[in-house]
Amino acid sequence: MSFFGFHYKLERNAIGFALAVIVMASIGGLVEIAPLFTIDETVEPAPDMRVYTPLELAGRNIYIREGCYACHSQMIRTLRDEVERYGPYSLAVESKYDHPMLWGSKRTGPDIARLGGKYSDQWHVAHLINPRDVVAESKMPRYGWLMRNTLEVADLGLHLAALRKVGVPYTDAQIANAARDAIGQASPDSDAAAGVAERYGEATNVRVFDGEPGTLTEMDAVVAYLQILGRLTDAAYKQQGGQ
Amino acid sequence: MVAQLTQNERFLGLLIALLLASIGLVMAVAGQHDPLGMHGWLIIVCAVAVIFVLAAGYYDPEPGDARLAHYYDDPSKVGIVLAMIWAVIGMFVGDWVAWLLVYPDLTFDAAWASFGRLRPVHTSGVIFGFGGNALIATSFHVLQRTTRARLPDQLSPWFVLLGYNLFCLIAASGYLMGVTQSKEYAEPEWYADIWLVIVWVTYFLIFLRTLARRREPHIYVANWYYMGFILVVAILHIVNNLAMPISASQAKSYSAFSGVQDAMTQWWYGHNAVAFFLTSGFLGMMYYYLPKRAGRPIFSYRLSIISFWGITFMYMWAGSHHLHYTALPHWVQTLGMTFSVMLLVPSWASATNALLTLNGAWHKVRDDATLRFMMMAAIFYGLSTFEGSFMAIRAVNSLSHYTDWTVGHVHAGALGWVALITFGSIYAVVPWLWKQPRMYSAGLVEWHFWLAMAGTLVYVFSMWNSGVIQGLMWRTYNESGTLSYSFIDSLVAMHPYYFARAFGGLLFLIGAVIGCYNIWMTIKMAANAQTSDEAVIGTTAAAGE
Repeated sequence: MSFFGFHYKLERNAIGFALAVIVMASIGGLVEIAPLFTIDETVEPAPDMRVYTPLELAGRNIYIREGCYACHSQMIRTLRDEVERYGPYSLAVESKYDHPMLWGSKRTGPDIARLGGKYSDQWHVAHLINPRDVVAESKMPRYGWLMRNTLEVADLGLHLAALRKVGVPYTDAQIANAARDAIGQASPDSDAAAGVAERYGEATNVRVFDGEPGTLTEMDAVVAYLQILGRLTDAAYKQQGGQ
Repeated sequence: MVAQLTQNERFLGLLIALLLASIGLVMAVAGQHDPLGMHGWLIIVCAVAVIFVLAAGYYDPEPGDARLAHYYDDPSKVGIVLAMIWAVIGMFVGDWVAWLLVYPDLTFDAAWASFGRLRPVHTSGVIFGFGGNALIATSFHVLQRTTRARLPDQLSPWFVLLGYNLFCLIAASGYLMGVTQSKEYAEPEWYADIWLVIVWVTYFLIFLRTLARRREPHIYVANWYYMGFILVVAILHIVNNLAMPISASQAKSYSAFSGVQDAMTQWWYGHNAVAFFLTSGFLGMMYYYLPKRAGRPIFSYRLSIISFWGITFMYMWAGSHHLHYTALPHWVQTLGMTFSVMLLVPSWASATNALLTLNGAWHKVRDDATLRFMMMAAIFYGLSTFEGSFMAIRAVNSLSHYTDWTVGHVHAGALGWVALITFGSIYAVVPWLWKQPRMYSAGLVEWHFWLAMAGTLVYVFSMWNSGVIQGLMWRTYNESGTLSYSFIDSLVAMHPYYFARAFGGLLFLIGAVIGCYNIWMTIKMAANAQTSDEAVIGTTAAAGE
């Protein structure tokens, strides 16, 4: 029977037609997505890779809430000009703990995959309050409310626990101390600060990010997040050389 | 409208609304310190509104069995009105954010009014609000005509239409409060996603139940596309939105996938939202309204079959072209590129089929702006699918990706194809639904057409210019072998194009507002004329039933 003859019959059967659509449409995804979970080379090993601290995670969630990803990518492509402009190209492992990933699709502003450590905290605070104070031609919105809003920390344990369920290796101690660690990371002189380094490593940034000690604002969280971008692992620098 | 519902359906409708109100109440109480609580209140308000409407007409006389000899068009009528309302909201917000890129301080110090929160209101507003309502409304209309069967009952179409709009409201209000999963075109959080699945399953069941009672042996090609749209969007939606909420009383969730797997899943979804929401569904629209309006049969049945299965099979492989040169494995990128290029065949088969259908009716295209909307839509469909295949080639993508060229491409498709075919179809179907010989004003349709045309061209040309300039500036080296331009240099160069884009968008928006007025006046015309009953099943009335 010819193809068109077969179709002539198929289009008289609603259920058969629907099943044919489901089968035909499923093949592409099965072939392209399923192996990404099973082929080991898809994600490089990076033993030094660390998870986000609760404060950085809170900052990341604010970054998502404000839709920053609509204008900033976090994915440096394997192109010469991108590597020279932004730094070593991004590796899959660097977003291994990113649920969801924030690779982005548009650069109205520059890529920020390697923003961490590039500018001072003060620069970030000034830039977020009014971007045009530091970059006259910028088109970025102002985010003054980040400085006014107190950061919600009570639920951070729930956030870490949910992330553990989808595969991020947070320990019981990290989950139990999430709120305390968020406060501690932005209050270097407090008792809570020591626990942050203990649970997340000595290299963790522990300081007053928003320049105002004593209050934990959303600005603290966002700046803490921006300062860790590209710094969760050295894998890209080691692989591609240089710093 | 309640008068058309049987006593059983009124009771069932009340029950569903009460159940929904209770769910809303639980959400409002449990989530009182969270945006989820606000959405609980929104659900209560919507459910109570439905309860009031149902209660007011609860004891109206039941419709007789005579209704079964007629098509059921009330949901389509309301759906078209809702589509036009969302069109104006979505396009207004779109133009607003376009102006924000020209004058970033043209805003006030409120979080909800910043670019990042408004942008998804624009994208969801036009794609799901405008496009989705138009698809639901026209699919009910087309399904009944092409099967010569009435919708299976009077309640489920309302559940689908109103339930879907509740989803859209939760989505748009959520973005303003900062509720988003950040997955482009899949931003709504877990509870909205679950609700949409319930609505969507009901939608598909309406299709199956109507098809089961059809009085035509064959299922018409428009319904293949509508079914493809419903089924595949369900698959995409469920897989891409798999997530772990932090608690049952909070909106926030974390995607089940991370990093490279999440990126591939997201763009498998994202690209096929374009394919099955913005292409398949609207091709369904085109396959009915274009031949009806032109008074010509579809040019080729076999071309329809080839393009339908080509699109259904090949599009699902193409998503990885959004991730060229990224950390996605090279083999997946290559597959995506290959299938994207091959997609040109079924895409152009559809466009050709549409344009050749107009052979013998070109004088109508000249005189009738409604048909011209559809003709231009087919042309833009052909152009933007060519552009899409071209941009999916890895080397081209290295220049175009991350730039405004992508935005221009999307709008060539969204304005040129999706919106034009929708406006054309709406201008065709409104007089049929409201039993009028024609739209209130043919002149206003003409105005809308030229405003839409001008707006689209200004938009697309400015974004092509800005995108290519941006891409070239980022990769230009000077003689000493270093990059010539800083990032901010490229941003400054965009300014005139951002202005032009916002102006083009404004023209398009004005066109849509004119369309609303014209439709409103046509409905008023119908109300004044006090015309008769629903369309009778199986007749071929002159007006195109």
